[in-house]
Amino acid sequence: MTGKVVTITSGKGGVGKTTTTANLGIALASLGYKVVCIDTDIGLRNLDVVLGLENRIVYDLVDVVEGQCRLAQAMIRDKRFHELFLIPAAQTRDKTAIAPSDMVRLCDSLRDEVDWIVIDSPAGIERGFRNALAPADNVLVITNPEVSAVRDADRIIGLVESEEKGPTNLIINRINTTMVKNGDMVSADDVVELLAVPLIGLVPEDEAVLVSTNHGQPVVLNEKSKAGRAFLNIAKRLNGEEVPWLALDEKKGILNRLGKFISGGD
Amino acid sequence: MASLFDGLLGKRSSSADRAKERLHLVLIHDRTDLSYKDLESLKDRLIEVISEYVMIDTDQTEIQIQTDGREQTLIAHIPLQSPRTRK
Repeated sequence: MTGKVVTITSGKGGVGKTTTTANLGIALASLGYKVVCIDTDIGLRNLDVVLGLENRIVYDLVDVVEGQCRLAQAMIRDKRFHELFLIPAAQTRDKTAIAPSDMVRLCDSLRDEVDWIVIDSPAGIERGFRNALAPADNVLVITNPEVSAVRDADRIIGLVESEEKGPTNLIINRINTTMVKNGDMVSADDVVELLAVPLIGLVPEDEAVLVSTNHGQPVVLNEKSKAGRAFLNIAKRLNGEEVPWLALDEKKGILNRLGKFISGGD
Repeated sequence: MASLFDGLLGKRSSSADRAKERLHLVLIHDRTDLSYKDLESLKDRLIEVISEYVMIDTDQTEIQIQTDGREQTLIAHIPLQSPRTRK
């Protein structure tokens, strides 16, 4: 097995990095892959609660790096998928507790064991982001259709380019199709045009995301949810599958609206 | 046509259009680390240097940054004055 490392990052906080990491991890596991999710947001860990695994933490990422435990001891097995694991962030330390080279070493030792290593990056462009980026084979930059998130995504894409990491793909999260239709939200097409990196996912705004997170059950487990389906599509595209873009074009038009009505989102 | 109707109905461009326009400009300056002020002074100095060699129409001279994907190109439009039209 030669596992691939995919890093989820955004620059700006609150755009959906942790939600995406959790859902992508679950989606990849549901497709039959062996997956490890790593939370690199040391001091502000959250991937554990979003995955509903917060009660099982004994050891964390810093413990592994500092040799306080074996790697396998810090890998928390998921309740739903036996081939899905979480390495949680330490909560009482800070980003400088680990270095980018530690992340490279850790991921290299995981590559032989798993198919996918999904890394949740902290917000910002400092050490935490560098830690998350260092081992990446693929970078998924996530943004929302709003000016500050798009601007920060552009900055992150530039930094990833200058580090010669990637390929970089874009996820646009929390698209409100009604607002786009009314001309009050930049369309996915516009965001892709501005950022000029290939798109891998369009996730509509969906109340089911919050509800499912309340339960510690990522939304991808809910087949009725549009956002859930969008996350599953991202996992498929990551594996090279061609999944049609059913709702890419947000522009007004009867045909388009009809198409969207039938497809019910991405 | 659309703009004519928009004008009649007193409609301005949508907030999404405005966001896209603003982002377009902000991203150019973020990517190049070149401010509006820098670009203006670049233009002035360019005119100064080129004028030492040829006569140029300074009123028509334009300097802009063009975006193609993630690449930025500095485009200078500098009309030359033929000796006959020189004032």
